Amino acid sequence: MNIDSELYKSIKNSGINLILSVPCIMLKGLLEIIEVKKEIQHIPVTREEEGVGIAAGAYLGGKIPAILMQNSGLGNSINAIKSLLELYKIPVIFIMSHRGAKGEKIIAQMPMGQITIDLLKLLTLETYVLNSPEKIKNIITAVNEAKKTKKPVAVILKRTLWRI
Amino acid sequence: MKRYDALKEIAKILTNELIVCNLGDPSREFYNIKDRFENFYMMGSMGLSSSIAFGLAISQLERKVFCIDGDGSILMNLGSLSTIANNKPKNFTLIVVDNSSYGSTGNQKTYTSNKTRLEVIAEGSGFESITVIDKEDEIIPKLSDLGLGCHFVLIKTMPGKAQVKNIPLHPEKIKSRFIKALSK
Repeated sequence: MNIDSELYKSIKNSGINLILSVPCIMLKGLLEIIEVKKEIQHIPVTREEEGVGIAAGAYLGGKIPAILMQNSGLGNSINAIKSLLELYKIPVIFIMSHRGAKGEKIIAQMPMGQITIDLLKLLTLETYVLNSPEKIKNIITAVNEAKKTKKPVAVILKRTLWRI
Repeated sequence: MKRYDALKEIAKILTNELIVCNLGDPSREFYNIKDRFENFYMMGSMGLSSSIAFGLAISQLERKVFCIDGDGSILMNLGSLSTIANNKPKNFTLIVVDNSSYGSTGNQKTYTSNKTRLEVIAEGSGFESITVIDKEDEIIPKLSDLGLGCHFVLIKTMPGKAQVKNIPLHPEKIKSRFIKALSK
């Protein structure tokens, strides 16, 4: 099974039609599929917080936007998550690779990686942890939850998905 | 010219354009000059008005989008200029009212009061057109001249704000009436 293809299919089937991205090595394969297929509008952004702003505007304009990023970008997005998305009740789907967790080789990723799940709880973001292939379909559940609650949600992509 | 004077001129040329207005005094002033459902008043998330407006422009291709931003906010999100200019929406005008100060927090100076030139940064970011305005009576003719494209307009003003009341709308109300205006 190609995990990147399965992730892509689930994103496509969820109705997400705009992806704002800041790259991560764990997202390399998925980003390549998005670029090749050209079925979902994809806009690379310079910083995750900027992506939150674009996603908010696109939602107002009728899109279902997601931000594809590394968990370090959660730190860059906090004020926008609270004082834009929560304040105006704008749902955005954050799909993030979880760096700085088990199996991480780069020490600089650890401090942020270790608090990521707690931080999401503190931010009151409903969180879906994808740690095995059978959970990939939960992206669709996450998008439906965001639409229903008009709140941002988080989808965490664990290293174990790719068995790396 | 102060920001309030500039905003009054901008308001005169509006038809059905969508507006995203920067937080704090710019939104309060614009609300008091010309409130309309097509105005999205940002209340938090300083720096993101150009991003919100860009997101809107790429999802509402048939509508012209104006972003009314400030120098302090642009400096907080300079990457936004590259993202916008490289994706070149055809329906987008970024209007920066540059009063060289953080007006809503007590007129502390920004770096545009010294060496920084936002119009040069915007040009280097790749905007299709750059317009600099420093006289009030140039605002209407110069804005009216802009056709379709991805435009950057800098209006140089003095610091200072008008004494206007707060926006009495809840953010969710601002959102819901804005979305309603899109279906018109």
